[in-house]
Amino acid sequence: MYIKQLSVFVENKSGRLAEITSIIANAGIDIRALSIADTTDFGILRLVVNKPDEAEQVLKAAGLTVSLTNVIAVGIPDRPGGFAETMTAIADKDVGVEYMYAFISRDSDRAYLIMRVIDNEKAISALQAHGCDILDGNSIYKL
Amino acid sequence: MGILKPEIECASREDMKALQSARLKKMVENAYNNVPFYKQKLDELGISPADINSIDDITKLPFTLKTDLRDNYPYGLFAVPMTDLVRVHASSGTTGKQTVVGYTKKDIDVWSESAARAIAATGGTKDDIVHVSYGYGLFTGGLGLHYGAEYLGATAIPVSTGNTSRQIQIFQDFGSTVLCCTPSYALYLGESIRDAGISLDTIKLRAGIFGAEPWTDAMRKQIETLLGIEAYDIYGLSEIAGPGVSFDCECHNGMHVNEDYFYPEVIDPETLEPVPDGTVGELVFTCIGKEALPLIRYRTRDLCSITHEKCACGRTTVRMSKPVGRSDDMLIIRGVNVFPSQIEHVLLQQGMEPNYLIIVDRVNNLDTLTVEVEMAQNTFSDTIKDLETAKKKLEAAMQNTLNVHAHIKFVEYGTLPRSEGKAKRVIDKRKI
Repeated sequence: MYIKQLSVFVENKSGRLAEITSIIANAGIDIRALSIADTTDFGILRLVVNKPDEAEQVLKAAGLTVSLTNVIAVGIPDRPGGFAETMTAIADKDVGVEYMYAFISRDSDRAYLIMRVIDNEKAISALQAHGCDILDGNSIYKL
Repeated sequence: MGILKPEIECASREDMKALQSARLKKMVENAYNNVPFYKQKLDELGISPADINSIDDITKLPFTLKTDLRDNYPYGLFAVPMTDLVRVHASSGTTGKQTVVGYTKKDIDVWSESAARAIAATGGTKDDIVHVSYGYGLFTGGLGLHYGAEYLGATAIPVSTGNTSRQIQIFQDFGSTVLCCTPSYALYLGESIRDAGISLDTIKLRAGIFGAEPWTDAMRKQIETLLGIEAYDIYGLSEIAGPGVSFDCECHNGMHVNEDYFYPEVIDPETLEPVPDGTVGELVFTCIGKEALPLIRYRTRDLCSITHEKCACGRTTVRMSKPVGRSDDMLIIRGVNVFPSQIEHVLLQQGMEPNYLIIVDRVNNLDTLTVEVEMAQNTFSDTIKDLETAKKKLEAAMQNTLNVHAHIKFVEYGTLPRSEGKAKRVIDKRKI
């Protein structure tokens, strides 16, 4: 039900993102989705990749501070209102969202959300009740 | 101008030495008889108080270090029972523990008189209104100048630090004539007055007494222009008393040491031998006029030189140069003493690795302290909220121990100098 997301601590220095993502690229790992959360001093690079455990290893070996977190990947309809309806569904169940990012798929009618919520189980049941697809690791890593 | 105690401050060298000799003898007896630490030290060296008959015998005596105060924390070096103590103050220690000092009623008088001499040297009289913007509390700055003002018979306004617009309002409404604060805050106040378009005609300040941190002559001129005053330097440390150990006169040619109470020596910090007048070395004080904490040859770690030449102001007391540096790694940030070892202590206490870099700067005339700390695996989280919480927690712990705000900046793991060897842990960007 969950997918593994990598979080990497990154200082706000020019060129740093290029260096870090090159480490993953050199290991032949493909990025499926990413987002960056930033503050004045530092940022957190969040990545969904096709081989999360391998990516964690190579990044740690390069001396980076990395963590793996279980997040929820949700497939929603790619049409006006698709996102808003999904958010309403989880808001109605009082599920708080820590962060999220979204991307559209190669198929024309699907979009995906990567979500970190306060209460995973509650979020999943709310999303399923709303008719959303909850993706497992294999399906998202292969996208 | 304004010599409070001419019989002391302008005494002949012979008279001063006679006074110092008598006081040293009495003080060593007090330390030996009432402080086990000193009894043991003197016994080990085979010295008895009877061997001390003149101030020149002082070189027979052992040195006292800040670590001795820590090792005897909090009251172990006090020579009087608690019932005779009327006050304690504290300053930064080298670790989490503060350096605690104590005063009898007479000690407070000695210190107050010393600070009063400094105020008098600015031309101060009982008609002055002394605006004290040093911090009040365990730090000696606020209460030191406050009691000095009262000793002189002047009016003390205990404004304490911060709230710049209120400070300026008090200048205008209360008619402050003498300002006491750190030089960087004086500059900040001056710039705030200028930037607010306030005319100096509405402010009666005529003099300022500034200390607790290093400052330059260029800063002095800037402060004098911005505030329309004459600026005077003051020196002190809590272990010896507090502000007023030495002070500037109108000649601005070195600070006069109140050597009838605080006997100064300058030594080579390596060989520990006294150096001649005019040579820079480490300043050492013996508290010959104090009862509660009779520190013998206390190593201040401040580097400066002294001269016994008579000053054009008429005073004959020893003058010391502005400290030109430290013989240890202590930093002075907004007048607060900070040791890198305290920062290390906090990191360890918080379960973090002691890899850090201290960056000190001066922005808009106020010191800033940034501590770079590595983001280790056990502190890291995927949410900004958690990292902000970790940062705030660490900043609060730093504030608790350092008594000054430290901005924590998380950096990537492995990018800071390691704890082994002589890692460079401090970058001081201030131009002072």
